[in-house]
Amino acid sequence: MGLDTVSSASAHPESEQPFAELGLKPDEYQSIREILGRRPTSSELAMYSVMWSEHCSYKSSKVHLRQFGEKKPAEGWPQLLVGIGENAGVVDIGDGWAVTFKVESHNHPSYVEPYQGAATGIGGIVRDILSMGARPIAVMDPLRFGPADAPDTRRVLPGVISGIGGYGNCLGLPNIGGEVVFDASYLGNPLVNALCIGALRHDEIHLASAKGIGNLVVLYGARTGGDGIGGVSVLASETFSEGGPTKRPSVQVGDPFMEKLLIECTLEVLHAGLVEGIQDLGGAGISCATSELASNGEGGMHVWLDRVLLRDPTLSPEEILMSESQERMCAIVTPADLDAFMAICNKWEVEAVVIGEVNNSGRLTVEWHGEQIVDVPPRSVAHDGPVYSRPMQRPAYLDALQADAPDRLARPATAEEVRSTLLTLIASPNLASKSWITDQYDRYVLGNTVLAQPEDSGMVRVDEVTGRGVAVSTDCNGRFAKLDPYNGAKLALAEAYRNVGVTGAVPLAVTNCLNFGSPEDPEVMWQFAEAARGLADGCLELNIPVTGGNVSFYNQTGTTAILPTPVVGVLGVIEDVTKRTSIAWSDGDVIFQLGETRDEFAGSEWAHVMHGHLGGLPPKVDLAAEIALASVCADGLGWFHAAHDISDGGLLIALAEMAMRSGVGAQLEPTGDLFVWSFSESTARAVVSVAAEDAQRLTALCASQGVALQRLGVVAGDRLDLGGPIVTIAELREAHEATIPALFG
Amino acid sequence: MTSRIGVVTFPGSLDDRDAARAIRAAGGDPIALWHGDADLPDVAAVILPGGFSYGDYLRCGAIARFAPIMEQIVARANDGMPVLGICNGFQILCESHLLPGALTRNDHLHFICRDQKVRIESTHTAWTADFTAGQEIVIPLKNGEGGYIADDATLNMLEAEGRVVATYVGPNPNGSRRAIAGITNARGNVVGLMPHPEHAIDALTGPTTDGLPFFTSVLTSLLASR
Repeated sequence: MGLDTVSSASAHPESEQPFAELGLKPDEYQSIREILGRRPTSSELAMYSVMWSEHCSYKSSKVHLRQFGEKKPAEGWPQLLVGIGENAGVVDIGDGWAVTFKVESHNHPSYVEPYQGAATGIGGIVRDILSMGARPIAVMDPLRFGPADAPDTRRVLPGVISGIGGYGNCLGLPNIGGEVVFDASYLGNPLVNALCIGALRHDEIHLASAKGIGNLVVLYGARTGGDGIGGVSVLASETFSEGGPTKRPSVQVGDPFMEKLLIECTLEVLHAGLVEGIQDLGGAGISCATSELASNGEGGMHVWLDRVLLRDPTLSPEEILMSESQERMCAIVTPADLDAFMAICNKWEVEAVVIGEVNNSGRLTVEWHGEQIVDVPPRSVAHDGPVYSRPMQRPAYLDALQADAPDRLARPATAEEVRSTLLTLIASPNLASKSWITDQYDRYVLGNTVLAQPEDSGMVRVDEVTGRGVAVSTDCNGRFAKLDPYNGAKLALAEAYRNVGVTGAVPLAVTNCLNFGSPEDPEVMWQFAEAARGLADGCLELNIPVTGGNVSFYNQTGTTAILPTPVVGVLGVIEDVTKRTSIAWSDGDVIFQLGETRDEFAGSEWAHVMHGHLGGLPPKVDLAAEIALASVCADGLGWFHAAHDISDGGLLIALAEMAMRSGVGAQLEPTGDLFVWSFSESTARAVVSVAAEDAQRLTALCASQGVALQRLGVVAGDRLDLGGPIVTIAELREAHEATIPALFG
Repeated sequence: MTSRIGVVTFPGSLDDRDAARAIRAAGGDPIALWHGDADLPDVAAVILPGGFSYGDYLRCGAIARFAPIMEQIVARANDGMPVLGICNGFQILCESHLLPGALTRNDHLHFICRDQKVRIESTHTAWTADFTAGQEIVIPLKNGEGGYIADDATLNMLEAEGRVVATYVGPNPNGSRRAIAGITNARGNVVGLMPHPEHAIDALTGPTTDGLPFFTSVLTSLLASR
């Protein structure tokens, strides 16, 4: 077929178009025809299909995500400099500094092609941060895989880890944390989320808008190739089907060296004041960048598509519009600044070309060798896509699931059984040491990493003079979310908040990556709606805003969806990182538990590992208690020797991790039921250790904040002594460190 | 002039800021050098930092050695100017034939980032004089291609002439022959090191401060030779 121009679309209104193959539903295709008053050209169809995909348009989630903007304090959020809707939200961290952070999913590509899928996930989120005008300063990866011993996990996990390392290490960004979780529901649907943090001064914020009539649209970075065509529509917005065609051509291929040059080049043109507006090219490529820039700016743009530099000269205009080739950016530059802009690109050996011009036509027009192939209202492509209120239904299985409490499960009865349970849990894949994985990531580069795995949060210094820095943690227990999505999302939020709080940082903002099954399944949609509602309510209670995030649907194979997995990232600020609290205690410290322990085992690691059980209601959420706990930990800056969140696996796991981290054991004094004391997963708790002379001070502090305090013992020796059963640090390490290398090494 | 130490930024250099910070911490003045400049400004020593110059394409360090600035660095190194190559910098020094041997893919085929125990074998170099011979230190090791190889004759020569600067203690982390972590040239002014001393200058952001003497050593030796 020849070139399909705007005039041929008008002349041949009834030509059949492959909208269904491009992922559009018949009614969506019909509304495109109504918007345009004719059938779309094949190029227009390509643009709408990628921009109206679930991944880009949030068409199923939008009605629920609105709560993140609507549920806020009467006075708004003072720390929020840029809110939801931009490439990433920007938060004020004081002293004229701001940070931007965001988490995104690259789940489907990582299943199809683990190395490139994970690598380009890092690349994409880094460009999002960069396009706000920020220097990327760290990355993290929340990851979820099928059972650790499943053959397909052995295919996917090593590739994902190599991809994250191969790309991130070469980019020079420290990887400061994340999660690695195994569960049968992720077999065939691994979750590869990537988070990036960037820092900038307040006056350096840039936005994606094409302002200034006559300004030029410059595409720079890597050349456009045939990779990743339709990645967002064909790949990320559909369920995998058994025996379906392989989707490998939809996965992008990354070049981290190009991205490193792109980072330095972009920061230099930004600092030189040569950029009026900027947008990264990720999902939906040129279609997304041009339509969003035009829609946010003067409203019009003309593009000469044949000027785009190509890796493959045979690409058609439709393919160029849809290509998701990596390492590309789009900048709006005044004609007067163009030479200076090009000179900096030249210095970094980055190719750049003017592909368009800003105008006030109200239309996005694209021409190809003199022929008009696109003429659309940019808002209709970028922002006014379809919005669905999908049917929702509380899952039929939920009552029975919630009634099946773990009370009936056999519990360790003797001290010796508690000891062996500890050793089994600490060696189980979810709780085992992840060093084999994190040792493949550079955590030192840039020289500002203060805390990294296995600490509760990653922490980086932002200002080398004052020591101001930020801490970030991501968390989610999908089992809790399955039992109760509303409270499960709140629990994910609470855990991330606590992990930031125990370091002494003050929690400030939230990002999220909501990973769910198919939105076309009413029960999945209900889970999503409940989780979104829980997260929005929880943020309001904790008084920290959602600054942005990502939704990943269609994480299911056939009719089996993943555990609902609303991954929550919390960012906190710390004025002086030299005072931060780590999880490593010191010999002679007195150890305390802050917070209250209840008999709570539904969804716990114990029930999961020892009994393969999931049922009941998850632990109670108490966000007021979380605020009090974080406040105590912030007051402990400088005199708390160690603090560690109690969550997965319970208190005894936390104590074992602290002993292994510091190489010193503890003489413990368990109280009450030894099993509940050891393994309950009640929330709003932390272990804190202080010098003996500060014990009174801690008691007074906790009393003033209404935080329960219980003495656990003292730091001493080379073992955890439970006043009966004893387990040495050497035994713990042997169990803890062997599992992952044995499976994947 | 004696405290001015250049740090070269190649496309893909990553630890250049860290090297500059380490020079400052030792009391020196870091001078940023650009790979594309043919002239070497007034510096008393040069550090080739870690990273992935030119994306490690072709072979680690193989393209960087042809950068315009390398011509003068090689000439000045042959005249006795102290040069330290860290990680990718070590690879560039080998590719430039300032040091013998080569660095190959880690034997376990994975990138590795860990706190590594290293023994200082020679203090007779511009970069290690402030250590004591046999001193054991812990500094980060992070590389994908850190396995040092050379033929037996070269290895025997390096050992016989005291040109092995540092060795790994404990299990060999990357398959380096004779556990070699760093070597020097015959004159002792050019040192290549696989682990990263610039990431161990402050206990806040590194495992130790054991890396600092590499940077104080060169300042001391520059003062002494003035």
